[in-house]
Amino acid sequence: MTVTRIGEAVRRKEDHRFITGKGQYTDDIFRPRQTHAYFLRSPHAHARIRRLDTAEAAAMPGVVGILTGKDLAEDKIGDLICGWMIHDIHGQPMKMGSHPALAKEKVRYVGDHVAVVIAERLDQARDAAEAIEVDYEVLPAVADLATATDATAALVHDEIAGNLAFEWHLGHKAMTDHAFERAHHVTRLDIVNNRLVPNPMEPRAAIGEYDSGNDSFTLWTTSQNPHVARLVLSAFVGIAPEHKLRVIAPDVGGGFGSKIFIYAEETVCAWASKRVGRPVKWTSDRSEAFLSDAHGRDHITTAELALDERGKITALRVKTRANMGAYLSTFASSIPTYLYATLLSGQYDIPAIHAAVEAVYTTTAPVDAYRGAGRPEATFVVERLAEAAAREIGMDPADFRKKNFIRKFPHQTPVIMTYDIGNYRASLDKAMEIADVKGFNRRRRQSAREGKLRGLGYSCYIEACGIAPSQAVGSLGAGVGLWESAEVRVNPTGNVEVLTGSHSHGQGHETTFAQLVSDRLGIPIEQVTVVHGDTDKVQFGMGTYGSRSGAVGMSAIVKALDKVEAKAKKIASHLLEAAEADIEFKDGKFSVAGTDRSIDFASVALNAYVAHKFPTSEIEPGLKEGAFYDPVNFTFPAGTHICELEIDPATGRTTICNWTAVDDFGVVINPMIVEGQVHGGIAQGVGQALLEGAAYDRDGQLVTGSFMDYAMPRADDLPSFKMGFTETKCPSNPLGIKGCGEAGAIAAPAAVMNAITDALGTEAVPMPATPQTVWKIARTRAAPRAAE
Amino acid sequence: MPIVTMTVNGRPVSADVDPRTLLVQFLRENLMLTGTHVGCDTSQCGACTVHLDGHAVKACTVLALQAEGGAVVTIEGLGAPGLLHPMQEAFREHHGLQCGFCTPGMIMAAIDIVNRHGNELAEHTVREELEGNICRCTGYHNIVRAITEGARAMAAPVLNRAAE
Repeated sequence: MTVTRIGEAVRRKEDHRFITGKGQYTDDIFRPRQTHAYFLRSPHAHARIRRLDTAEAAAMPGVVGILTGKDLAEDKIGDLICGWMIHDIHGQPMKMGSHPALAKEKVRYVGDHVAVVIAERLDQARDAAEAIEVDYEVLPAVADLATATDATAALVHDEIAGNLAFEWHLGHKAMTDHAFERAHHVTRLDIVNNRLVPNPMEPRAAIGEYDSGNDSFTLWTTSQNPHVARLVLSAFVGIAPEHKLRVIAPDVGGGFGSKIFIYAEETVCAWASKRVGRPVKWTSDRSEAFLSDAHGRDHITTAELALDERGKITALRVKTRANMGAYLSTFASSIPTYLYATLLSGQYDIPAIHAAVEAVYTTTAPVDAYRGAGRPEATFVVERLAEAAAREIGMDPADFRKKNFIRKFPHQTPVIMTYDIGNYRASLDKAMEIADVKGFNRRRRQSAREGKLRGLGYSCYIEACGIAPSQAVGSLGAGVGLWESAEVRVNPTGNVEVLTGSHSHGQGHETTFAQLVSDRLGIPIEQVTVVHGDTDKVQFGMGTYGSRSGAVGMSAIVKALDKVEAKAKKIASHLLEAAEADIEFKDGKFSVAGTDRSIDFASVALNAYVAHKFPTSEIEPGLKEGAFYDPVNFTFPAGTHICELEIDPATGRTTICNWTAVDDFGVVINPMIVEGQVHGGIAQGVGQALLEGAAYDRDGQLVTGSFMDYAMPRADDLPSFKMGFTETKCPSNPLGIKGCGEAGAIAAPAAVMNAITDALGTEAVPMPATPQTVWKIARTRAAPRAAE
Repeated sequence: MPIVTMTVNGRPVSADVDPRTLLVQFLRENLMLTGTHVGCDTSQCGACTVHLDGHAVKACTVLALQAEGGAVVTIEGLGAPGLLHPMQEAFREHHGLQCGFCTPGMIMAAIDIVNRHGNELAEHTVREELEGNICRCTGYHNIVRAITEGARAMAAPVLNRAAE
């Protein structure tokens, strides 16, 4: 039984159930009388449904019910929504295509939901789905992002001209163009940020259950934000009023953004459970996950950097076309806009920036937030430009960055953000030391002697986390506030339950949040339980994404703890018969200043509930406090990652030899967990750079639809990582935390591609840089920089 | 429907099953041993790894009937009451898991690696041997450390060691 402190690598409290097979994920839940749902999905990228006949299928063995878009309409179930309104360059609201949970007239991507079959057993549901007759009028697919807005392209939504959801821009165009006209040197890159499939290892799942006795619903679902799911399903989709809908997100096996959204399947399970009068369970298989989970990234960008004669950046200009897929998913519109263009200043002092963004519909799966969400795309643009510019003007890439780093804080960028604090030089210097950059040329020569090409690449990333000040995001179009809530319940025997609106799906909140409480109240961590993921237990919360659970979620806990301490002090003053102002609280003890009189936290807790020794007319019995915390600014984690790799030109295989990550996350609560978050992020970023790419063919068929065709990073694709931290305390929240969940995924792709382009001696290397791609480029380039 | 009989975690079990029932379905749905997970449908991810007659198998690729007469050990069968298997302990100690979904399969695969390669494992051996197990959270860094350390710990004599 130990009191744990902030900063200690406390082993995780939640691990015991996971390593013994006692985790409880949604698919591990079996409800009495449950039925199984199977979704009949569109085999076509784009088609009109002429006729849908379910009669024969409905008569098949085990079938409990078959529901279609017509039934949804009959029950007045609303469309799925996009919760972030973007106003376009003309001030007009973005064009949102109708997004029913089950298709009405048209299907718009392969995997779109045509009907749901509910049966006693899953195989029976699947068999019956085969027997549903659908007469499709196949329409031309719009699978290619580059040509999706051409006049000849078919319309994904008949009413949306040119397949354009919106055109949007940020920054000062005239100033930026002017700077480019006067530039001494302009670096220009054409960048494709490849489309990714998030692939948390636990596929999505849902169980809807309707209780006719109470006219209420329960939905177990794989959600990163169960309260937001309930709000959307109540207020917009219309499943049931909030107080009649309980959403439970039990153990969730990874999310990476893809489990933020309110999808068709979860919606249908909840709704259908009332229709069929029995619990309805659906678990995605991996093939369905590839087809129907929201994908990530998928940008085509032209990026330019203007420099003066001394190598100082004078302006940055980007044009980006972002793929939205067939429908605007829950937060899709915010990703290529406010989560992307606002970070285009990177770590650099850039006087003028302009970003022009087109958000385009295609007949592909919806695209939404995936780990980093807009910020990896921004970092990739900025850091590829920085590296290429340095090479073009013959300056060392590290020196180029040092010359252009922001040094004074707070710093107002030309793209909304006010960076509160940072020390970018410190992270770069430390990373260069750990990575032994000085010895790189020697290692490169050694590789060259072995016929290998060695490269080194930097990525000095920045991100905006702790999402986000409610008023600020409201003014930018967010449909919700992005505060967080917490409640600290002290039990009479002195142990504590912390209820949080954050949701852990791998982040280790049960440990870090308990660590905070243990540190603050001086009670053993074993006496703290963290409760999350159930709308019946936690009143409200905004969930976990955007690296916000530390900076926002824990700040809410701190506020609640402040209130607990304040009340406990009042009670202690009566117990110790001293003035409240003289009561000090430290290491779990309330004492009277300047005396040896004290009482421990547990005794105060007991007295709070017994309520014999203080006037309840002045102090209410009990010890339980809640708080809502709204951040005053984004937080700005930043750092430097350095990738050193070796290419075998004979095979095209890239081997990462050294990875160095030095991150400034502000105050670190649990370094073990934080490092783990960075490891995982790096792996996803390396995956994007070297392995992963979701590809649709001309007909809109997903050709990377399984782990056989979509290359997930495996253990032998990655090295062990060298880690370091620098620290500038975040000034905007009580703990000084910045957030760490996305950093690796944001930093890594640029570091890898800067190293590969260094090794190959050309900037024109697309992601993923698979062995085939690299081999082709290596062949055309006779002994590039390797021999230097 | 045919009757299948096997031992699971040392206990004899028997059930009527549809012939197409997979071992993983039998474990999860008939025996309610939900520690064994399904993460894909192409035998790639390894979340469903269990031991059948002492060898790691992907339970999504074995029919329950193929395990007839066999001895199956799942994550729930490791360790003893109040005592973790050294590999379980190593995953906890070295933060070899985050969301926990791939973890049971990782631990079962890890023990199999030790059984085949011994207690002193080189990093590259572990990385190559993990080819059939996908983790999306950890970047494998700490899984590799956990397996290397867990392998050493498995060499130490422990009273009351597990069903294995």
